[in-house]
Amino acid sequence: MNTTKKSPAAKVLWGTIALVATIAWAFPVYWMLNSSFLPRATLESLTPTFLPFGGSLSNYESALDDGTFLRALGMSAAITFLTLIVCIAFAFLAALAISRFRFRGRKSFVLAVLVIQMIPAEALFIAQYKMVAGFGMLNTVVGVSLIYTATVIPFTIWMLRGFVAGIPAELEEAAMVDGLSRNQAFMRITFPLLAPGLVASGVYAFLQAWNEFAVALILLPDGTKATLPLWLRGFLQDSAVNQTNWGEVMAASTLVAVPVIVFFMFVQGRMTQGLVGGAVKG
Amino acid sequence: MSAPAVAPPAEVQPPGLQDPPAPRKRRGKTKLPYWLIIPAIVVVVVGTGYPLIWQFITSFKEYGLAQQFGQAAEFVGLQNYTEMLTDSGFWIIVLKSVAFCVVTAAATMVLGIGLALVMKNTGKGLRLTLQIALLLAWAMPVVAYMTVWTWLFDDRNGIVNYLLSLIPGVDLIGHDWLINPWSFFAVASIIITWYSVPFVAFSAYAGFTQVNDEVLEAAQLDGASGFQMTRRIILPIIKPVLSIVFLLQLIWDLRVFAQIQLLQDAGSFGSQYDLLGTYIYKLGTGSQDFGLAATASIVVMILTLGLSWVYVRQLLKEDEQS
Repeated sequence: MNTTKKSPAAKVLWGTIALVATIAWAFPVYWMLNSSFLPRATLESLTPTFLPFGGSLSNYESALDDGTFLRALGMSAAITFLTLIVCIAFAFLAALAISRFRFRGRKSFVLAVLVIQMIPAEALFIAQYKMVAGFGMLNTVVGVSLIYTATVIPFTIWMLRGFVAGIPAELEEAAMVDGLSRNQAFMRITFPLLAPGLVASGVYAFLQAWNEFAVALILLPDGTKATLPLWLRGFLQDSAVNQTNWGEVMAASTLVAVPVIVFFMFVQGRMTQGLVGGAVKG
Repeated sequence: MSAPAVAPPAEVQPPGLQDPPAPRKRRGKTKLPYWLIIPAIVVVVVGTGYPLIWQFITSFKEYGLAQQFGQAAEFVGLQNYTEMLTDSGFWIIVLKSVAFCVVTAAATMVLGIGLALVMKNTGKGLRLTLQIALLLAWAMPVVAYMTVWTWLFDDRNGIVNYLLSLIPGVDLIGHDWLINPWSFFAVASIIITWYSVPFVAFSAYAGFTQVNDEVLEAAQLDGASGFQMTRRIILPIIKPVLSIVFLLQLIWDLRVFAQIQLLQDAGSFGSQYDLLGTYIYKLGTGSQDFGLAATASIVVMILTLGLSWVYVRQLLKEDEQS
């Protein structure tokens, strides 16, 4: 789309801005990695070290040392898995209903789906705490997953609805004319076409549940039940008690961030296609 | 969950805009659609609906010392509302939150659109490196990036103070940015902007790629300059996308909780560092004043819903067209 011919000066200018912006956005992530390899003495010297030469993995060893990381990883995995499965299954059914059927109450349902997303999470914290405590489900996987699912599901329904609506019902009808039952037609024709939509909304639900901080903070007061974000916060706080050891803290941050970054990079193409692409098409 | 509140990576978009035209709907007397939506409704009613109603009812109750010892709270009518709405402290927090949200969202939009222009005007290599850098930022979990930024702004060994002190005449080594409320919020705003810009940049860039080349060529033949074309042709075409993105930024930035909370962990802990999210949290968990906390929640909710109504209406229109 570069139809305009640019002067060399303009090219250099745009290139410079691009480089500066690249550095500005990548730097914090780079600095996290860099610091995570460096010993405390180096980090506390007056001149910063910009490359991790002479670094080691000892910060990672101390971060992993007491086994709490693995426990938090397990907790995060369990909560995310439960949220993801329930959310996708229920949202898929609801998305089918609103994109393939007209029924009384459909409009109010769609409106509710949209409005619920706008309720600020902070506004519900206290009530959710009281409710989950009332169920006796504080510090449990199910308690947190319930709140996560309820929060994530409206957006997932809306997303999947777009994908279902994008598959012409005529395809199914044609298959039915050719002798398939309605269920067969759905399973063999529509469902496979929906795979990218299911992946995109799955990724959304995954990232939401995996990275969430505030609800976990309230519903998991017991330190031994911490999820990864809570573990990282606790790690920083423990370290801050006597002069924060930033190398170890950055190693801990890296441990929490890298899996998400790798995963995100891996699915990003499909996501931007499914999400941003859909947002501006036409 | 703070999730949608903090502009999470995947929550990229004004969802479902311009869905392709939907197929003919099946009509008939089938009960099937109701069975299909029931599971989702049950989860939302339990997880969101019930707390919402509890919150609403509680906002009319008084919680004091006696209630902490198990006595049931009494209904006091609108007392919490009058107390809250006549409290200048509350209004200061509201104003601060709104100002914070507007400034941060505006900065995010300007930088995001700027970077989209950069992507449009640079070669493939530079564009790709920039996109990867933006994705890196976008993929960071909130607690991780807040921790990293706290280290960047560390008073003694932080790189920010070191770099600023390289400027002749400036000595900021040992300067703590998180003590002064103004610089506290400035730091918060910088971090949130850093995190939110990628979403805006990618959306705007996706918008730019929709602009028809032929139109631009025709304009160029007619003697339009690059600036004129941007202003008169490209901006109007991507305006709908940008306005939705801006609205989402406003909604998200009004609801920041995790970032402020984590920054308070690192720095100072007092009401002058609060925005609405942390203010409500402290009312509820710290002072156990559920009545007032609920009232504040309802006020925030009305604010947000008022703001997002435009967005919801827009999406409903899309749904009707489909």
